[in-house]
Amino acid sequence: MALLSFERKYRVRGGTLIGGDLFDFWVGPFYVGFFGVITAIFASLGTALILYCASQGGTWNPWLISIAPPDLKYGLGFAPLSHGGFWQVITVCAIVSFTSWALREVEICRKLGMGYHVPIAFGFAIFAYVSLVVIRPVLLGAWHFGFPYGIFSHLDWVSNTGYQYLHFHYNPAHMLAVSFFFTTCLALALHGALVLSAVNPKEGETVKTPEYEDTFFRDLIGYSIGTLGIHRLGLLLALNAGFWSAVCIIISGPLWTRGWPEWWNWWLNLPIWS
Amino acid sequence: MRSTMLLRLGAVLAGAALLGACQLETKSVAQNGYRGTGMDQIHLVSDKKKVGEVPPPPYDPPKPGGKPAREAYQNVQVLGDISEDEFSYTMAAITQWIAPEQGCNYCHNPANMASDELYTKKVARRMLQMTRNINTGWTQHVKQTGVTCYTCHRGQAVPSENWALPAKGNPDTILGNKHGQNAPLATTAYSSLPNEAFAKYLLDAKSSNIRVQSNYSHPSGYAATANKTTTMETEGTYSLMMHTSSALGVNCTFCHNAGSFQAWNMSTPKRVGAWYGYRMVRNINGEYIGSLASVFPKHRLGPQGDPLKVNCATCHRGVNKPLGGVSMVKDYPALRPTGPMITAAAAPAPAAPAAAATKMP
Repeated sequence: MALLSFERKYRVRGGTLIGGDLFDFWVGPFYVGFFGVITAIFASLGTALILYCASQGGTWNPWLISIAPPDLKYGLGFAPLSHGGFWQVITVCAIVSFTSWALREVEICRKLGMGYHVPIAFGFAIFAYVSLVVIRPVLLGAWHFGFPYGIFSHLDWVSNTGYQYLHFHYNPAHMLAVSFFFTTCLALALHGALVLSAVNPKEGETVKTPEYEDTFFRDLIGYSIGTLGIHRLGLLLALNAGFWSAVCIIISGPLWTRGWPEWWNWWLNLPIWS
Repeated sequence: MRSTMLLRLGAVLAGAALLGACQLETKSVAQNGYRGTGMDQIHLVSDKKKVGEVPPPPYDPPKPGGKPAREAYQNVQVLGDISEDEFSYTMAAITQWIAPEQGCNYCHNPANMASDELYTKKVARRMLQMTRNINTGWTQHVKQTGVTCYTCHRGQAVPSENWALPAKGNPDTILGNKHGQNAPLATTAYSSLPNEAFAKYLLDAKSSNIRVQSNYSHPSGYAATANKTTTMETEGTYSLMMHTSSALGVNCTFCHNAGSFQAWNMSTPKRVGAWYGYRMVRNINGEYIGSLASVFPKHRLGPQGDPLKVNCATCHRGVNKPLGGVSMVKDYPALRPTGPMITAAAAPAPAAPAAAATKMP
């Protein structure tokens, strides 16, 4: 069955949050909606500003272009455009367009009567970004603490910000985040491999049912999480990866100022043995 | 239901414990790199207040002139050129800095002040030579602020921040032998990094280079100068850097841009001061304290029988400028002679490293 012959069934009116019927249409395959328009405007504006600001930066080397946040002295106020103001405006554009994109996902969920799992999951990514450029800078009292928009420069920022705490691998939330990132990869690899092993057989062989998949893991480790459960697990692992990444940078500075190894002295200082 | 309640209780307790390990106090922030590089200092305001009291001079400094000390007293080997009055004034200050309770008799036999019978007097003489050498020969590190005995001693006969070669673990067993690492010590900023870094890098002028970064992609390389340090050895460097950071109450980005720890043109000018500082410490430990190894009694020696030595923390005590940058030495000209150096052991500072960027790109 060709896609076009049944997609009409799913292209229904309604479900919008804002704008009623006004933006309730599709452009080619894309649903637009009010938030699609907002996303388009702010993403274009932000990209244009990135390009303009890059043109003022003295290099077109894509690795080296960097749009830096303001100096510390501007605190939480506005900075002149060429002294971090561009970074501020681009940050606003990014947050508005990311959030609109999530709300556009919400509208699509409502149209289809589905759960909000996708926009909620994307919300974690937005939260991680906002943690870096809004929450932590506000807690530290200056937009200066945001990260610069550039390929090499943001990596240098990550490195230097880590070294502000001497050894960032001792950050407990960073430990959790890294563990969740790795576990997400493990779960996805196992899941992808298992599904392919069952439903993508060699020519001439039959597709196996989920019972085969369950049995494989029961034989292997005595337990199978099941076909629905693996997706719950995957979402849980992935969201935790993003969540603890956000936590690990929010606490660095606002809630802890010394080397991260020293944080663990709470263990040494427990009244049981200290 | 019961287990749910227990779980909730556990979660609340764990949350409270985590928050308890947080620092909710007011912070101070400082920028020390180009915006966006992430080279910032974030500290608790309360952490920054440990500069320490600077003791005033024992009495008003005497006017210049008068009989030289070497004529007024016997056996004055270092401070012979200064006046008798200034000599007494300097001695009074030193007593207050080092042995305020024991007084003059800590170093001197009261029946014969000129006698060298007490080991402390021989140590004090060498330390005076050292102080004068630091103030005249190591101005790249101590600038015009200079140092006095008090910078390290702080009213104690043995400066509280010191180190000695660590006790050797028993090589016949792995039990209880941590092989010089995995001990949460202040010297490694409580990390698991090796804690013998001082012995490796700060012992004397022959100590290894601290740098581990290679200019070549392969350790053997075609060049004779290829860096052959191993990845394991980087841990010693990291350990020393952790010590320096916590000794100065700063983080790595005070001197370095993590984009390249090695490149001088990406580092802050502070790194130049630190470079001389490490060499100054080697000079102090090797030429001065090291030369006293046979003078110190057993109870003043470390587990391997070597004298207690200095590191960054001995002067800095958690602040970037010892004693908050107050120059005590200006009141004690005897500790900063202006003429040619008297001591033969005065080592000239080594050649300067490539100039650091004074302005970030």
